[in-house]
Amino acid sequence: MNLSRKWLSEFVTVDANDKEFAESMTLSGSKVEVTYDLGAEISNVIVGKVLSMERHPDSDHMWICQIDVGPAGTVQIVTGAWNVHVGDLVPVAMDHSTLPGGKKIEKGKLRGVESNGMMCGLYELGLDERDFPYAVITPAAILGDYKPLDKNKPSIPADIQPGHKIYGPVVAARVVEVNADAYSDFEVTLETGDGSCAASTTCPNLHVGDLVAYNTKANTICTLADLHAQQAEFPHCIPDGIFILNEDCKPGDDLKPIIGADDHVVEFEITPNRPDCLSVIGLAREAAATFDVPLRLHEPVVKGGGKGNLMELLDVETPAADLCPRYTARMVRNVKIAPSPKWMRERLRAMGVRPINNIVDITNYVMLEYGQPMHAFDYRYVKGGKIIVRRATEGEHLTTLDGKEHILNANHLVIADEHRAVGLAGIMGGLNSEIVGDTVDVVFESACFDGTCIRKGALALGMRTEASAKFEKGLDPLNTLPAVNRACELVEMLGAGEVLDGTIDILNYVPQPRVLKLEPDRINGLLGTDIAEDEMVAILKKLDFQVEGDQVTVPSWRGDVIGMADLAEEVARFHGYNNIPVTLMRGQTTLGGFSEEEKLERQLGSMCRAMGFDEIITYSFISPTCYDKIRWASDDKRRESFKILNPLGEDTSIMRTTVLPSMLEILTRNYNYRNQDVRLYEVGRIYLPGGPDGLAVENKILSMGAYGEDMDFYTLKGCVEAILKDLRISDVRFVVPQETNPSYHPGRCAQVYAGDRLLGVMGQIHPLVAQNYGVDAQFYCAELELNDLMAAKGADPEYVPLPKFPAVTRDIAVVCDEAVTVGMLEECIRKGAKGLLKDCKLFDIYRGKGVAEGKKSVAFNLVLRADDRSLTSEEADEDVKSILAALEKDLGAVLR
Amino acid sequence: MKEQLANIRAQALAAFEAAQSAAELDSLRVQYLGKKGELTAVLKMMGKLSAEERPAMGQLANEVRSALEQALEAKGKELEAKALEDRLKAEALDITVPGKPVKEGHRHPMYIALDEIKDIFIGMGFTVLDGPEVELAELNFDRLNADEGHPSRDWSDTFYFDKDSRVMLRSQTSPMQVRAMDTMELPIRIIAPGRVYRKDEVDATHSPMFHQVEGMVIDKNVTMADLKGTLNTVVEKLYGKGTKTRFRPHHFPFTEPSCEMDVQCHKCGGVGCPTCKGEGWIELLGAGMIHPRVLEMSGIDPNEYSGWAFGIGLERTAMRRFKIADLRLIFENDVRFLEQF
Repeated sequence: MNLSRKWLSEFVTVDANDKEFAESMTLSGSKVEVTYDLGAEISNVIVGKVLSMERHPDSDHMWICQIDVGPAGTVQIVTGAWNVHVGDLVPVAMDHSTLPGGKKIEKGKLRGVESNGMMCGLYELGLDERDFPYAVITPAAILGDYKPLDKNKPSIPADIQPGHKIYGPVVAARVVEVNADAYSDFEVTLETGDGSCAASTTCPNLHVGDLVAYNTKANTICTLADLHAQQAEFPHCIPDGIFILNEDCKPGDDLKPIIGADDHVVEFEITPNRPDCLSVIGLAREAAATFDVPLRLHEPVVKGGGKGNLMELLDVETPAADLCPRYTARMVRNVKIAPSPKWMRERLRAMGVRPINNIVDITNYVMLEYGQPMHAFDYRYVKGGKIIVRRATEGEHLTTLDGKEHILNANHLVIADEHRAVGLAGIMGGLNSEIVGDTVDVVFESACFDGTCIRKGALALGMRTEASAKFEKGLDPLNTLPAVNRACELVEMLGAGEVLDGTIDILNYVPQPRVLKLEPDRINGLLGTDIAEDEMVAILKKLDFQVEGDQVTVPSWRGDVIGMADLAEEVARFHGYNNIPVTLMRGQTTLGGFSEEEKLERQLGSMCRAMGFDEIITYSFISPTCYDKIRWASDDKRRESFKILNPLGEDTSIMRTTVLPSMLEILTRNYNYRNQDVRLYEVGRIYLPGGPDGLAVENKILSMGAYGEDMDFYTLKGCVEAILKDLRISDVRFVVPQETNPSYHPGRCAQVYAGDRLLGVMGQIHPLVAQNYGVDAQFYCAELELNDLMAAKGADPEYVPLPKFPAVTRDIAVVCDEAVTVGMLEECIRKGAKGLLKDCKLFDIYRGKGVAEGKKSVAFNLVLRADDRSLTSEEADEDVKSILAALEKDLGAVLR
Repeated sequence: MKEQLANIRAQALAAFEAAQSAAELDSLRVQYLGKKGELTAVLKMMGKLSAEERPAMGQLANEVRSALEQALEAKGKELEAKALEDRLKAEALDITVPGKPVKEGHRHPMYIALDEIKDIFIGMGFTVLDGPEVELAELNFDRLNADEGHPSRDWSDTFYFDKDSRVMLRSQTSPMQVRAMDTMELPIRIIAPGRVYRKDEVDATHSPMFHQVEGMVIDKNVTMADLKGTLNTVVEKLYGKGTKTRFRPHHFPFTEPSCEMDVQCHKCGGVGCPTCKGEGWIELLGAGMIHPRVLEMSGIDPNEYSGWAFGIGLERTAMRRFKIADLRLIFENDVRFLEQF
């Protein structure tokens, strides 16, 4: 919400600069986003009066002007604009001046002639024709400027002289005298070869000596359009030029107040509970309370007396009464559509609204001032003189003011006549009843519609407008009448038409004022303050709450105030949030801490980091194509995911049921950034269907991923083992998956078990998956379920006495078939031992010379020990013998 | 003989002194003091002396022996020290050669900030809660007093899984307030960090997925002054003692009165600069006293109990904490970024 401080000052006098104003308003609850000085970019631009003009000696299109700039004397300025005349008041950017867009003006020379500044056009001042409709330029076609499109076929001969015929009644004529009768209204004396004549014109680009095309029949000077000429044929006869001022001003005056650039605009962030603050009056009330100054409200006065009887001309029905709590309308006849006055245009513009014409501008003005959206219909298009507020029929068509056609349904509320819809209630008017140049009779609608209905309708049609944004928050039904009266008052003030007596006012819902009990102790109890009852009452009264005894009547526009806590907020806002004391919590102490799940997460994280893995954070939603990239079969059950019905895009449209694609994406990104030796981990969620209440089962996965020179299957396996050891998980087994995991290298993938409990999977990513991610590197990943890790987690350690007797070590190397795995050998060694074996460590696998083809030699280091005595060599040998026997018998592995 | 002893003594001492190594010294020891050594040879001749001469000569011989032994030991120690010194010299390293790299892992900066927040609240007796991200609209909105018409329920703002807008991705961690009220005994002191989702396109300050920490206290006689005191303590711990804060009125459907808390701009100290958009303050979090209707809906009597709640954006906190300029870095996970923390 933008607020013009000039407009605000009509209702409340605040003595504070923008920064102070912004800070105070913010602290009382109306958050200021930013403030603008509309004229900040304009400096040293003043009004000048053209004293004399002469043609530039070295240019066929420039003029040298002497300009009276008041106390600063006279300055010489060279211009290329042709619409200037002696006596004109013009904006003069003096030497060392600034203009919008950061433009700086300094004196200089134009083709050798000194120019001490610049005369400004509308655009150079940041304005356009809508701000000053009177400054529109319609140029005459000046024959001296004619440049034929085809040099060989000129439409007008270069040596044309006054009196020569151009076509039909149009002849060439020379300007001998130009006199301005009024603003942009010129009396021109022409020489037509055989004599002279006078013509009046609004074309401002004529000067003595110019050759023009004169229509002898119509007695007019031809414009480009009259000659059916293109702009390129008359390159200097353009609808642009200097902004000739038609304002009450004199040479030397600062230009800013004249063009409304002396206003300051404050942009507020208004919270949805305060639609009343989406208006100048609403914010004025807050400002008055904030600065403790009086609020000057104005009661609209309508003279009325327009010819006709409103009740005979207009009838309103509201069959959809539940969606239209109140409908108020008045009528204006004999409307004269024209631009609205400058002060109104300036205020609208300051608030970010484009001026259009007096009637439309009045509706916008009232909406901004009162916060009540208004609509104006052209009465002649309200067939049958009947306005019906009803639900749209299924499939009903309506083209709105923005030219878009909509197909409606029963959820939409329309304003209709007897035959058809003429507007989308609370959203936008219909094109078929638009106010146009020849509109004569106007109906002003000031209504209150159901917020939810308007919100849903606007959303469904994708057209959230200023009006709908207000209605959707729920407006005060008591505001419609003052607003429509204000509109009529403005019509009369602007002389824009004749207001009929009487008002149509349909009240389908009569709101009862809400009365609350003022309980100072409870308010202080909630705030932790000691605010006196008097202060509370004073604050509430400032905001137009009525207080009698302990009864507080809430104003009709404060639908957000429903209970004690709301009153407490009002009191706190103006007592000052920052004046509330600062205390520490009291009461029963509570024991804080982490859950077991969180402790596990933290333990896993610190373990991963200790092993050089960096923590990452990835999105929970992925693209469905991710399942293809990790080569899940198209009928894989795990593809069944929570699907977002309104995703931002395909890439973030389903909730992942695996963390693998997220990890692969980040590994790939780092790989593409040429980061070397990367190790990453994340404790991430997966979202599986089947949770309670239709929610997801959100399991957490420890996801590890790595690549680089120091990474291979066994390195990652070592990391996984270290994590499991840290969790004191026992009976850990790495098993070749019975069913191949399509995402992993079929020969380098292990399922991780604790006993019979599957904890997860690890291994090298399948080369085809890597290829799907566009990399040719070996990626290694592990996925471990936190629920299972938690279940498999070992008990806290209990001290075991250190061995008292020395151990005996023996190294053995056995030769076996390639098919025999180290795991099988180890298991066999443990089985074959007679109870003295404490540890068995692989230390070498050898293939080659001395070992037959298809065989390998595997060497283990065995540690044997008894808890109650020193072992003898013989005892140790006995165990080793037994082990070797088992190896040979079970696996055909023989001592090398 | 006396002369002989004196000679041996002089020769031996000189030889010892000249010895360059432990081995040489040892051979000298054998040469003079060994069983076949020169001194031993002289001593063997003692028997030939007269009884009068013997004690004096014996004494002299012993003196010579002990002198030689002492000199040997001293020289031995000296050589040992020298040998050690030589060895150490030889072993000297170029200590400017870099150490063998140990790859250390790094905590994600956002979680570092979260850990700090958790530590502060746990110290104040808060329990850390975790909850679902796929959430019921009933808990995310209705039970938090944001009824049917609330704009944040629009499909343009919130992600939904069904046409009836029943199941959604939580748009805030606030449904954890409801879950806590429904399951925990009073008094309650919780924080609930986690992921939240809103329909925002990715840019330097927005992401469709981000993180919040919810905090809530419900007890008898809980006041807004307590809320201010607690949050001030948190901010001082996060951003340093003396960090200035201010509280502004705001609006949330589930708190009344509601506020936003600003911290004074760290860049300009409150004067106004581009970082704080000229305001001198930076918005940190939203908070307020729990709305009586929210308490009622969870079966807690607002006449007996009151409470406060807050929600803080984690990304923004981490970005401020570590001066990270662009939110996208948080989710990009470039190790060159991650390994700075």
